[in-house]
Amino acid sequence: MSLDRSQVEQIAHLARLQIDSADIDSYSDSLNSILNLVDQMQAVNTEGVEPLAHPLDAVQRLRADEVTETNQREALQAVAPATEEGLFLVPKVIE
Amino acid sequence: MEWEVVIGLEIHVQLSTKTKIFSGASTAFGAEPNTQACAVDLALPGTLPVFNENALRMAVMFGLAVNAEIGKRSVFERKNYFYPDLPKGYQTTQLAEPIVGPGFVDIETDDGVQRRVRLHHAHLEEDAGKSLHEDFHGMSGIDLNRAGTPLVEIVSEPDMRSSKEAAAYARKIHAIVTTLGICDGNMAEGSMRCDCNVSIRPKGEEKLGTRTELKNINSFRFIERAIDTEVARQIDLIEDGGTVVQETRLYDPDKNETRSMRSKEEANDYRYFPCPDLLPVIIDDSYIEAIRETLPELPDARRERFISEYNLSEYDAGVLSAYSAQADYYEQVVKLSGDTKLSANWVMGELAKFLNQNDTDIKDSPVSAEQLGGLLVRIKDNTISGNIAKKVFELMWSKGGTADEIIEAEGLKQVTDTGAIEKIVDEVIANAEKQVEQYKAAEPDKRGKMIGFFMGQVMKATGGKANPGAVTGILKQKLDALCD
Repeated sequence: MSLDRSQVEQIAHLARLQIDSADIDSYSDSLNSILNLVDQMQAVNTEGVEPLAHPLDAVQRLRADEVTETNQREALQAVAPATEEGLFLVPKVIE
Repeated sequence: MEWEVVIGLEIHVQLSTKTKIFSGASTAFGAEPNTQACAVDLALPGTLPVFNENALRMAVMFGLAVNAEIGKRSVFERKNYFYPDLPKGYQTTQLAEPIVGPGFVDIETDDGVQRRVRLHHAHLEEDAGKSLHEDFHGMSGIDLNRAGTPLVEIVSEPDMRSSKEAAAYARKIHAIVTTLGICDGNMAEGSMRCDCNVSIRPKGEEKLGTRTELKNINSFRFIERAIDTEVARQIDLIEDGGTVVQETRLYDPDKNETRSMRSKEEANDYRYFPCPDLLPVIIDDSYIEAIRETLPELPDARRERFISEYNLSEYDAGVLSAYSAQADYYEQVVKLSGDTKLSANWVMGELAKFLNQNDTDIKDSPVSAEQLGGLLVRIKDNTISGNIAKKVFELMWSKGGTADEIIEAEGLKQVTDTGAIEKIVDEVIANAEKQVEQYKAAEPDKRGKMIGFFMGQVMKATGGKANPGAVTGILKQKLDALCD
């Protein structure tokens, strides 16, 4: 797999990164070498190998369904950049 | 060309746990914004999730109720998703190893189509918070009270072939989860939300067409309307030489249209991976069997019992068993009134009418099953007629009180005293010379219908309190005597 110029531009746009068009070729080379590394790893035969998501052989502990948290809104919102009427304010997420 | 519609549903069911799936914050509906969003829900650094056993139990209950295999090992994964309504930057969900494996439910539409709908699987996940987009100086307001509320997402196979089947399937899932008591079933509050995957293909074709996904539909009626609208759009598009694009669309109930929701701004890549903060969930047979022991009677079984035990029609049994609170209410009324058909008529008729008009859930009905049962007893023993009973019911609804109290206070007791009725009948006949002449002139087999006029007069004179059976008998006797 390799990326062309327009794909690099699209990725930059989605990531909200402003890039210089003169640098696109070098970005494309760097990204492609990462993808080549992934290809190399993909080529390894892993048949019969269990995925190792957790290094320990432990299982999930369960919690009783009881309310243990009280309202801490004031303290929790003290670190937020903007709040109003109890809501966290963020840049508008839809047009 | 004849087209076949293919539909699969993804239904999100909010579990009625007291607390969130991974934190001890309350899930109660309607709290002030962010008063039920703790450090875990806000994804503050250093916090860790701990899994709620009750959410696990409820998911297993659901799996057992839909004949599914239960995952003795299930794994939580991270679905990366970058919106402020889940501040972690991912949704904790299940993918490769869900808690509930393949199962099925049997459905029947109003027009009698029966079908077995297979479930692909059902998994546990967390709900997101709410974004409010108005009135915050160009910013969005975020309420995270709902973030972390446990959901079971139920994914069907594309087995439904009409919008009616899709609605019947959703109703069946609703009946199951409310009967199990794992969800309050309140669709208006978002406790059950539905995404519909819709495609069409030429009849007889095996290959599936390109599907679109209709998001977040929150009523059974809208499921039907949204699918019908989308199917019409797809047919027009293809017959005009176009192609369906795989995309998410939003149904607008006001305009009755679907429109594309996602822009080209997005490239969804959820990059699922096992959540390192949560270990595999392991359960054994004894855990599952202990839950099986606690399962209540399920809607299908209850419907069959209503038919065999109460002699109800299939239709009545289906309606009454579709919602567990209604089925419980009905059974309570039957116990008191001793009349299964009369009870069914009142629960599905007058009571349902008042509940609908006032947008009230049967669980919050101002008229309790005890009150309604007491009212029906008074119809059965001829204290009041069915018509007067409707008046009593109305008063019961608006002012409360038992049937006996209302009948007494309003003086609605039926007149069964034959002497009193005869007197009124005599007066009515004496004051209706013209109608009496018409009655006499009529063919004997037409006279039955003509009694209606006199009946109305007697009821008017008695304020509806005369026993209708007794009045008919006396009227007939007296009028026919005049004809000889």
